[in-house]
Amino acid sequence: MTAIADALREAAALVAGADPALAAIVALSLQVSLAAVGVATAVALPLGALLAVGRFPGRRALVVLVNAFMGLPPVVVGLLVYLLLSRAGPLGELGLLFTPGAMVIAQTLLVLPIVAALCRQAVEDAWREYEEQLRSLGASGARAALTLVWDIRFSLVTAVLAGLGRALSEVGAVIIVGGNIEGVTRVMTTAIALETSKGDLALALALGFILIALVTLFNAAAQLVKEAAERRYG
Amino acid sequence: MADDGRILPLELRGVSFAAGGRTILAGISARIEAGPATIILGANGAGKSVLMRLMHGLLAPSGGEISWNGRDGAAARRHQAMVFQRPVLLRRSALHNVTYALALAGVPAAEREALALEALREVGLAGVARRPARVLSGGEQQRLALARAWALHPEVLFLDEPTANLDPGATREIETVIRAFDAAGTKIIMSTHNLGQARRLGDEVLYLHEGRLVERAPVEEFFRRPRSPEAAAFLRGELPWL
Amino acid sequence: MALIARIALALLAVVPAGAGGEERFITVASTTSTEQSGLFRHLLPLFERKTGIRVHVVALGTGQALDLARRGDADVVLVHAPALEEKFVAEGWGARRHAVMYNDFVVIGPRSDPARVAGTRDAAEAFRRIRAARAAFVSRADRSGTHLKELEIWRDAGIEIATEKGPWYRETGSGMGPALNTASAMNAYLLADRGTWLAFRNRGELAVLVEGDPRLFNPYGVILVNPARHPHVKKEWGQRFIDWIVSAEGQAAIAAYRVGGEQLFFPGAGR
Repeated sequence: MTAIADALREAAALVAGADPALAAIVALSLQVSLAAVGVATAVALPLGALLAVGRFPGRRALVVLVNAFMGLPPVVVGLLVYLLLSRAGPLGELGLLFTPGAMVIAQTLLVLPIVAALCRQAVEDAWREYEEQLRSLGASGARAALTLVWDIRFSLVTAVLAGLGRALSEVGAVIIVGGNIEGVTRVMTTAIALETSKGDLALALALGFILIALVTLFNAAAQLVKEAAERRYG
Repeated sequence: MADDGRILPLELRGVSFAAGGRTILAGISARIEAGPATIILGANGAGKSVLMRLMHGLLAPSGGEISWNGRDGAAARRHQAMVFQRPVLLRRSALHNVTYALALAGVPAAEREALALEALREVGLAGVARRPARVLSGGEQQRLALARAWALHPEVLFLDEPTANLDPGATREIETVIRAFDAAGTKIIMSTHNLGQARRLGDEVLYLHEGRLVERAPVEEFFRRPRSPEAAAFLRGELPWL
Repeated sequence: MALIARIALALLAVVPAGAGGEERFITVASTTSTEQSGLFRHLLPLFERKTGIRVHVVALGTGQALDLARRGDADVVLVHAPALEEKFVAEGWGARRHAVMYNDFVVIGPRSDPARVAGTRDAAEAFRRIRAARAAFVSRADRSGTHLKELEIWRDAGIEIATEKGPWYRETGSGMGPALNTASAMNAYLLADRGTWLAFRNRGELAVLVEGDPRLFNPYGVILVNPARHPHVKKEWGQRFIDWIVSAEGQAAIAAYRVGGEQLFFPGAGR
């Protein structure tokens, strides 16, 4: 118990001290994960909506695949992206390995199935309510899907938050493709891994608490937005 | 849109519908002309909702033919509108719910708002045009659904138990709008449990019993002298003093 | 909407900036023990200030670091496994091996010392006693320099560890830090490089029990990845780094690095 209490105190001290190295690590974590969630969401929302509303051959197989990939092991994704981006690999020319760009790519792949699967579920539920009326008005597959996604946009926030949570908390992918280079590709989770392996458990735990606090803040903000929107739009 | 090419009369030939191993409708044949307001009556499970959805093209028949004056279903649907028991509205303003429908119908953007406002005025909702549709009362929401249909100037308006969830006051408001559609020349095809409403709004009755079209008659004749035993039993059950 | 677009652009700026367009930098593959000792944090700013070339250190086990270099994902390697380094150069992956620095390994164990190794200066003898006592021993088992040295000592002790190991021999497949954590939790013996040990904060009951055996000498070498095999290697900047680290200035900086007052690495260039 004292270890946890110490860590909480250290976390508070770190935040209060506004250590620039810590700030850089937090900023990079946010940049990488938010960018990954941004790209993933842009692809995953239309994908999820089309899976919910469309009827095409192979749809069921695709749904199963997307659901299954929600549980992709981050370290496996990291390994695959590393092999792609390595100089010895097909995309080596891009020189993306060991850069934040590579981390964004890896996290995008991790987040995409989560947002897509949750979006598909939400849109499917909404489609049951809206389908007849939309078809009566003449909205076709893609048009209907987009209308639905926009109409349930506030409940989709939950899907996006799930993706963000996953991105901010994973370490297996970013440590392989980023290399945990100090000042370049070190993010909160890889810093925690490093401090743990150095035996500085108090610091590692402190960083962990800061990470948890950050994720909680995001969720709180999103909840407030949702509630305000529900009051406005019904 | 109204005189773009008439889609009535609607011809149903031996239409049947089965789902989940059960036959819901069998051998429905009828010719539905422009003009009289058509009420579809029947007990729960008789197949009223399914029949309306088949006519509107939301379901495909398992057997038989549905023909809109020779036009194919998708083209014909552009000249129809449907209002459901529970209004389905988007999380937008009342006005934008109507302009959305106009956009789908291919109306140029510049004209949509004016047409939408006109439709809202017609149903008495001009005052709440900017309010979010979903915060309106049940009666107002149903009127909005009707405004949406009005803006499309359909040749045929389907209504599936439109006042089942509304109190008598809201019901009266809805019936007023339906009468306005009728007076403007729109063909009304409506299902209802409210027999008083059927007599108030309808000109003819199609009576369904266990998936079959058992009787068709002008409305007063149906209520005073039902010819089929099933219709007679139904009316006795609903109106035991007859 | 416009606000969201602006934020998105700001976030996505991470991606092209990450591709390393403008910045002058080299990628050095090194070992976890070297990084965790804190040496690089002390050393690299000096090089960067002098040359304007940033050094990106990717820290892995020695085996992994050399594999990384074989794939062309690093410009320079700095590791401590002479046999593997020679092989690397012989196979043509590296131009030349330069000696950089050295320190030593130490045998760490619980203060209670069930195998009674404290006091001997013979590492092989210590290992024999550990094996005889079936005392808990943590091995990194990750093809790192430390792991290879450990295997060497078992051989010197006349023990074929692959066949003679038992439940007392715990292979963690991990870096030095995690192995130390494990040993600390289990009160086990293990072989560690002094640098990581000095910087390690979770010691528990562990202490240095055996040191000073010439076998425990731990030399570090630096190698430029062969540009003939990997044309994209930043050979100019990489060579400047090597030149600097073996120069008098670099060597002095290495000697100047202390943890808790103790020197971790000793200049070894030219040996």
